Amino acid sequence: MELQLRGITKRFPGVLANDDVSLTARSGTVLALIGENGAGKSTLMNVLSGLYRSDAGEILIDGVHQTFRDPGDAIKAGIGMVHQHFMLVPVFSVYENVILGVEPTKAGGVLNRREARREVKEISERYGLAVDPDAKIENLPVGIQQRVEIIKVLLRGAKILVFDEPTAVLTPQEVEEFFGIVAELKARGATIIFITHKLKEALAVADDITVLRGGRVVGHADPTTATPEDLAAMMVGREIDLTVDKEPGTPGRTILELTDVTMVDDYGRPLLNKVSLSVAAGEIVGVAGIQGNGQTELVEAITGLLPISSGRVEFDGADISNRSVRDRHVLGIAHVPEDRNDMGMVGSFTIKENLVLDSYYAAPYSKGGRLQKASIQESALALVEAYDVRPPLIENTGGALSGGNAQKMIVAREFSRDVPLVICAQPTRGIDVGSIEYIHEQIVRKRNEGKAILIVSTELDEIFALSDRIIVMYDGKIVAERLVGETTPTEIGLFMAGKGS
Amino acid sequence: MTVTQTPTEAEQRGFVQQLTTSVNWRTGLLIPFLAVVTALLIGIVLIMLTGSSFGQAMDAYAALLQGSVGSVKAISETLTAATPLILAGLSVAIAFRAGLFNIGGEGQMLVGGMCAVFVGFSITGLPIYVHLPLALLAGFIGGAIWGFIPGILKAKTGAHEVIVTIMLNYIALRLVDFFLKTELFQREGRNDPVSKTVEASAQLTQLLGWMNPALRVHLGLIVALIAAGVINWLLFRTTTGFEFRAVGANPNAARYAGMSITKVYVLVMMIAGGLAGLAGSGQILGVLDRATPGFSSNIGFDGIAVALLGRSNPWGVVAAAVLFGGLRAGGQQMQVSADVGIDLIAVIQALIIIFVAAPALITALYRLKTPAVSTQISKGWAS
Repeated sequence: MELQLRGITKRFPGVLANDDVSLTARSGTVLALIGENGAGKSTLMNVLSGLYRSDAGEILIDGVHQTFRDPGDAIKAGIGMVHQHFMLVPVFSVYENVILGVEPTKAGGVLNRREARREVKEISERYGLAVDPDAKIENLPVGIQQRVEIIKVLLRGAKILVFDEPTAVLTPQEVEEFFGIVAELKARGATIIFITHKLKEALAVADDITVLRGGRVVGHADPTTATPEDLAAMMVGREIDLTVDKEPGTPGRTILELTDVTMVDDYGRPLLNKVSLSVAAGEIVGVAGIQGNGQTELVEAITGLLPISSGRVEFDGADISNRSVRDRHVLGIAHVPEDRNDMGMVGSFTIKENLVLDSYYAAPYSKGGRLQKASIQESALALVEAYDVRPPLIENTGGALSGGNAQKMIVAREFSRDVPLVICAQPTRGIDVGSIEYIHEQIVRKRNEGKAILIVSTELDEIFALSDRIIVMYDGKIVAERLVGETTPTEIGLFMAGKGS
Repeated sequence: MTVTQTPTEAEQRGFVQQLTTSVNWRTGLLIPFLAVVTALLIGIVLIMLTGSSFGQAMDAYAALLQGSVGSVKAISETLTAATPLILAGLSVAIAFRAGLFNIGGEGQMLVGGMCAVFVGFSITGLPIYVHLPLALLAGFIGGAIWGFIPGILKAKTGAHEVIVTIMLNYIALRLVDFFLKTELFQREGRNDPVSKTVEASAQLTQLLGWMNPALRVHLGLIVALIAAGVINWLLFRTTTGFEFRAVGANPNAARYAGMSITKVYVLVMMIAGGLAGLAGSGQILGVLDRATPGFSSNIGFDGIAVALLGRSNPWGVVAAAVLFGGLRAGGQQMQVSADVGIDLIAVIQALIIIFVAAPALITALYRLKTPAVSTQISKGWAS
């Protein structure tokens, strides 16, 4: 089925989220919708899925005008959304999740399990999804959970599938498999809209590309001829350089040293297995690895958020293995956490409060236990300006910022401290190209000032762009260590998959 | 008001956030105002259902108004009733801010009140400016101890503060019964559980006693208002308050920022307990002059309602407490002169809370425009 949007306009108080947006997804093709965070992609999809009603414009499916009063109408019209955050019941099985809300029943309202299982199995086989209908969701990897979401929308008769940032949560292997599924869906006639800000992926799978900026369509691109640089320039409205410009680092004395650090979970299983590494002043060490191979625990062991079972963590020559988070902060560890919403900020706090979230207790922000409003205000104004947090309204809540700007706020807070060690976990996850470029520049600037930097990222491109030295984690262990000039993404990729040796 | 079900951690977190964040004129003033109006309108229907005419219902409300603000005496009664509600409301509000649900106001009031009454009658010969503060301090400490227990249990063992505080209410209630029968507390020559009388030097002075000794409003009102000011200052101007609010809004971020969750839980529950203890002390030292079984008379629970209506904002709590105080005082008058039971007041209070807790009802009823951006829509709970 062909989907057309014509002149979609959606206003929120003070914001024009979509301004006269028109686009076409041709039948049986993949349309990539790209744009920075806040460009209006999500609003547009919410209009399309019936969650919002547009102020102007129309939606046409195969040339027929559609009116969606609620998400049910959109589903009936054949539009299926696969959200970035899955909406699955973890303790239910696959088929139970799939039929939730459309349960086949026998007389008297009794659930027809056999029929349900059969339907799920059939769809799974028809599209080559290979999902066991009886597996429990909580036991499945994220990639398979995503397939369950796909089966869900297919079962509801979707012919137009909308994927919102589908690869954000996947491992590189799962991304490959996902692209295979997209190809299969396309071959069977489905129309696919693929929302992303990963330019390479858009180029890899799309038949057409539409670029949004500031709520408007700023251009269309042909993936056979366009380059990532072209797309990035369209997205941010200026030329952008995706490679990071930097000289090789000049490592000085060792700032952080881990020796045989081991951490176990509540059941005694190792999360970190004899991890030893060091980071010197003036170098960037990048920790590569697929999500969930101990990187989170590594960072929390260094910052003191999780206790280690054995081994030593040394900072500037002193053993800090048993020191508190606060102590380590005071000693001089800055930390940009992996999860900016859940850990990096308090969404309901104002920007100025978030900017002193971990330094509120010290001068000049407090005196005798009293917060010094003037100093906090002054520093906040300087930081939003220096780190380009937009909009620079320090009385707004942190939660009101877009992902990229929230991250810039956190980077501002941590980088403005003149400390020897900076740890950045997933510094640019899920943020727009403009912000990524900016944050990368800041990281390199920090290194050039002679700070020791530890970067954890699941994006191999980012690891290669920033690091002087690369460490690969797999299954809680460090499986490889290479200087950046002496390795290739392919080699590191193999180590990440646990295959190198 | 009794609580029989414990909300899950997640529900509670969402609930607490709903009640403490994004206070603007709409959530802070418009919705509560409409909630009160709606509850009063439903009250008319209820009165009429009992067989009264519309005119009689209006008479009842006239009496309610008369009894709450119609005279100096009425205003005095309103403020007398509001005094312990302010303190009990602050107790619940500050715990809310740190993400804890203090259902233990009753128990903390009782323990605080017993400490205050003990200091009040057992020490003699002190001037009022020493004795009274000492008695109030004893009340604060007593309540703080009763708050410390759930705080430390929560911090160290994860025991849910709702369960622990509810249980401590029962313990406190029975302890009061027990102590009032002991020689230490029981008034000489009495067989019923009544404590000795508080010395005049420990009594909260009547503010308007010079006009008319029947005007009961007492110095405790000033204490309560000062407490509101102090809590407001603590929450928004100090590093401790910053920690309370951070832990309440996002404990993970608080931990990341190096705050001690243990310290916050213990400290905030002690302050909450202390405030409820002051509420109990105020009743003893300002109104009753002695302790009797169950002298807290559900004020600890009403404090929850006051904190909800006041959106856990100290000055909001004061306003809500005065409203509820007025309903209490006016309700007495209504009962006497219009023959409408004071139970109606409890119903109206409950309705107000339902409307405040479920703002969608009010929004739909008055066809208010819903805020345009609903951020929750696309986030599954499985995320």
